[in-house]
Amino acid sequence: MSLTTPSEPGPPPAPEAGPSAGGAANGPSNDAPPRPPFAQDWRRIARMGAIGAIGQIFISLSNMPVKLDGRAIIEGVLSLGYLSLVVLPLAAGSRVGHQLRREGVPFHRPGAHEVIGGAACGALVGGGLSLLAILIANFDLREPLVNWSPILADLLAFNRGTAFAVLIWLAIGAAVGAAGGLLRVVPPAARRVLSTMVLTLFGAAVLESLTTDLAEGMGIEGLIEWFYAPRGGLTITGAIALAAGSGVLAFVARGRVKGAKARIDALEGPARNRAHLGLIMATAAVLVILPMFAGKLTNELLANVGLFVLLALGLNIVVGLAGILDLGYVAFFAVGSYSAAVLTAATSPKIHPELPWFVALIGVVVLTGLVGLFIGAPVIRMRGDYLAIVTLGFGEIIRLLFLSDWLSGWFGGSQGITNIPGAEIFGLAEVAGTDPRSVFYLVLAFCAIAIYVSWRLERSRIGRAWMAVREDETVAEAMGINTVNVKLLAFVVGAVLGSFSGAIFSAKVGSVFPASFLILVSIVILVVVIFGGMGNIVGVIAGSAVLIGVLGGPKQPGLLAEFSEFKLLIYGALLVWMMLARPEGLIPSVRRTRELHQEELAQDAWLRGQTEDEQDEGQP
Amino acid sequence: MSPAAQQPILETRGLGVDFGGLKALDGLDLAVYPGEIVSVIGPNGAGKTTLFNAITATVAASEGDILFEGESLIGLDPNRVTSRGIARTFQNVRLFANMTVLENVMVSQHCRTRQSVFGALLFTKAFRNEEAEITERGKEVLSFFGSRLTGYRFDQPAYTLSYANRRRLEIARAMATQPKLILLDEPVAGMNPTESAELTGLIGRLRDEWGFAIVVIEHDMEVVREVSDRVVVLDHGVKIAEGDYADVSADPQVIEAYLGRGASV
Ligand SMILES: Nc1ncnc2c1ncn2[C@@H]1O[C@H](COP(=O)(O)OP(=O)(O)OP(=O)(O)O)[C@@H](O)[C@H]1O
Ligand SMILES: [Mg+2]
Repeated sequence: MSLTTPSEPGPPPAPEAGPSAGGAANGPSNDAPPRPPFAQDWRRIARMGAIGAIGQIFISLSNMPVKLDGRAIIEGVLSLGYLSLVVLPLAAGSRVGHQLRREGVPFHRPGAHEVIGGAACGALVGGGLSLLAILIANFDLREPLVNWSPILADLLAFNRGTAFAVLIWLAIGAAVGAAGGLLRVVPPAARRVLSTMVLTLFGAAVLESLTTDLAEGMGIEGLIEWFYAPRGGLTITGAIALAAGSGVLAFVARGRVKGAKARIDALEGPARNRAHLGLIMATAAVLVILPMFAGKLTNELLANVGLFVLLALGLNIVVGLAGILDLGYVAFFAVGSYSAAVLTAATSPKIHPELPWFVALIGVVVLTGLVGLFIGAPVIRMRGDYLAIVTLGFGEIIRLLFLSDWLSGWFGGSQGITNIPGAEIFGLAEVAGTDPRSVFYLVLAFCAIAIYVSWRLERSRIGRAWMAVREDETVAEAMGINTVNVKLLAFVVGAVLGSFSGAIFSAKVGSVFPASFLILVSIVILVVVIFGGMGNIVGVIAGSAVLIGVLGGPKQPGLLAEFSEFKLLIYGALLVWMMLARPEGLIPSVRRTRELHQEELAQDAWLRGQTEDEQDEGQP
Repeated sequence: MSPAAQQPILETRGLGVDFGGLKALDGLDLAVYPGEIVSVIGPNGAGKTTLFNAITATVAASEGDILFEGESLIGLDPNRVTSRGIARTFQNVRLFANMTVLENVMVSQHCRTRQSVFGALLFTKAFRNEEAEITERGKEVLSFFGSRLTGYRFDQPAYTLSYANRRRLEIARAMATQPKLILLDEPVAGMNPTESAELTGLIGRLRDEWGFAIVVIEHDMEVVREVSDRVVVLDHGVKIAEGDYADVSADPQVIEAYLGRGASV
């Protein structure tokens, strides 16, 4: 009877569901003939190439290649700067080789056709850079374009003159584009191994400071020196070893990881809970033990990521669960920071009770909760876009209040409040910015609280009411849910979680200024939530780790400190790409995935010819 | 049972709803007695759905009064009306599509439950008991429809259901709010004859076994004849006839309203 495999709600939609899955090359029937190599869709190639070329010129003129050239990925072979010049030809080449596979339509076997198409497209993209090199050599446009410089020209020409630049970029573009096309030709298993190798190399290079730091803590610097060059980047031998190692590992592990995940998903009842508990315990153990070996730098990074995880978890309740698009979330971070500062610092201008941090925290929660109610009460009755705009306004109003002369007697205006003492943990330890490890442990504890809160509430009548409001507010109201109260509650719970982050932030940094609470913070947190996967706790954490950890927060440097200038550009690009390719986020919640792919799923079911009504008829 | 002897459970007095000049309802007097099934029929645009919307406070009544168990509902929020004991379904099925079947009937018990954030966070005994109770009642309500909404379907998102099952789930969701009066807006629309005959039987059982009073809007005359104790006919927001099915279906005014002027000659 069970045609629809009821155990299926877990995994995301079947890979062949749509263009987003990208699994086009999966097993086209082998008897299909390859397409003739030169029967290309030239218009498509030209369009893709032109888009890529424009993008590549834009990247060059944003100064990214020059700025990032200092950061080596593989010593003497590839720098982050040059990497930024070959990403687009690769993507364009691979895109050209990508064919939408439609159900039931005969499909040709990939071969030389894809490689040639990719090469042509890549050459066009590279040609964009050749063109740029010519233009820089002959015209001076430094006036409007500040990065129109001989430095860029030299970088493009590898210091060998314009003619060389023109030729080499056509060649590089074609080669990289062909590689992109080739990705579509090789079998999926090989592609997985390849992408693991590339990702490992890239990851190892990006995480250099982290791994070095950890290695020093564990006393294995020798190994690290072998992998990393003294002036940064992987050594060539190290890179080869890593690539080989990860390739072998990927080959051995192929299918195993997915299999293990499927097995855990298939578990039921207590066994499933035990498996999950085990995973959580293991993660917790790593997070507790890791910082002990890590130096200041790593712990600082972890603490920053943790602060944003905390914020993102709070916003996730508001946006992800209750569906309230709050663009002024930074307000609660600010109120948390300032109230903690006022309650603990001796230097606070008006009142200075100098409470111990944990006692002050009670005041912080109460105050932020009240502010949440105060802001929420008028806002929450609005819907959709209006609500978003009004919350955006409130976020700014709160910052301007802290900045204002009117309240400078309380909060010090633009001078802020300085010399905030660290957080005293029951006389056991003093948590302050000078000791990032203790900050990280404090953040970790509060993240655990926030995760517990999100997890429990989601599985309660309140969480269900939030979801109902998100689905259809009118119906939720008609089904007996007091939507105003329920939404207000989400707002306040989110506010309180955000205030924890604020209170830790002020103890860590030791000072608070209005300038720490720009709209940008709200936006970054929202991007983290969307990027990670709305409504999913693991997704939100992964989002923070990737965005804040690697690229950096609004003010906090990430692993790729060189990126800080281009952070917003990359955030934006990632967000756009995410919306197009994977709207459910990095690690989606099952629910969101379904929501976004409903039509595809319905189509799949239809294609499989197993509509549910047929089953119904089979039933007595 | 002699309804006339009792106090009506629902009564509208001179109810009017005005949409910027268009009188969707005009001076409507209607009474529904406990344990009664009343059908509301009328041509498209007669104001039937508007009547439901006004009773559940989804649209505001511009004149007149609505009494439920003798107390006025005017000025209440929709959720208050529901907690008083009126539940409804929607003409164009409006489930919480991405919530599971079971969650749909759990969430609609919201106004019957009391646990706060603290109960959920501390995972208190009271909280666990309440959750178990909600789940239990949800399953009970779903099993009213046989095996269609039970078993593995509990955990399937509502949008995966077939059209007929969505209609059934809407009714289940309304039942779960523990109402005294259920308003069904075209419950068999879009169903095939077998399904609609089955649901007709279920509507009778809703009254007999669950004790609900029921108002049902329906275009399918077969169903109307089968289920109703009393039929009310609306046209242009005005009640043009009322009585049992045989009387109403013979009423020349009703025939005229359905078939157009001149047809009754
Ligand atoms: N929210 C609204 N705003 C303006 N006009 C409305 C609104 N809702 C309903 N109407 C109008 O009120 C009249 C009655 O509509 P109603 O939906 O009650 O009809 P109905 O009897 O349920 O018809 P049907 O059998 O097609 O469902 C119609 O003319 C409709 O256009
Ligand atoms: Mg209607």
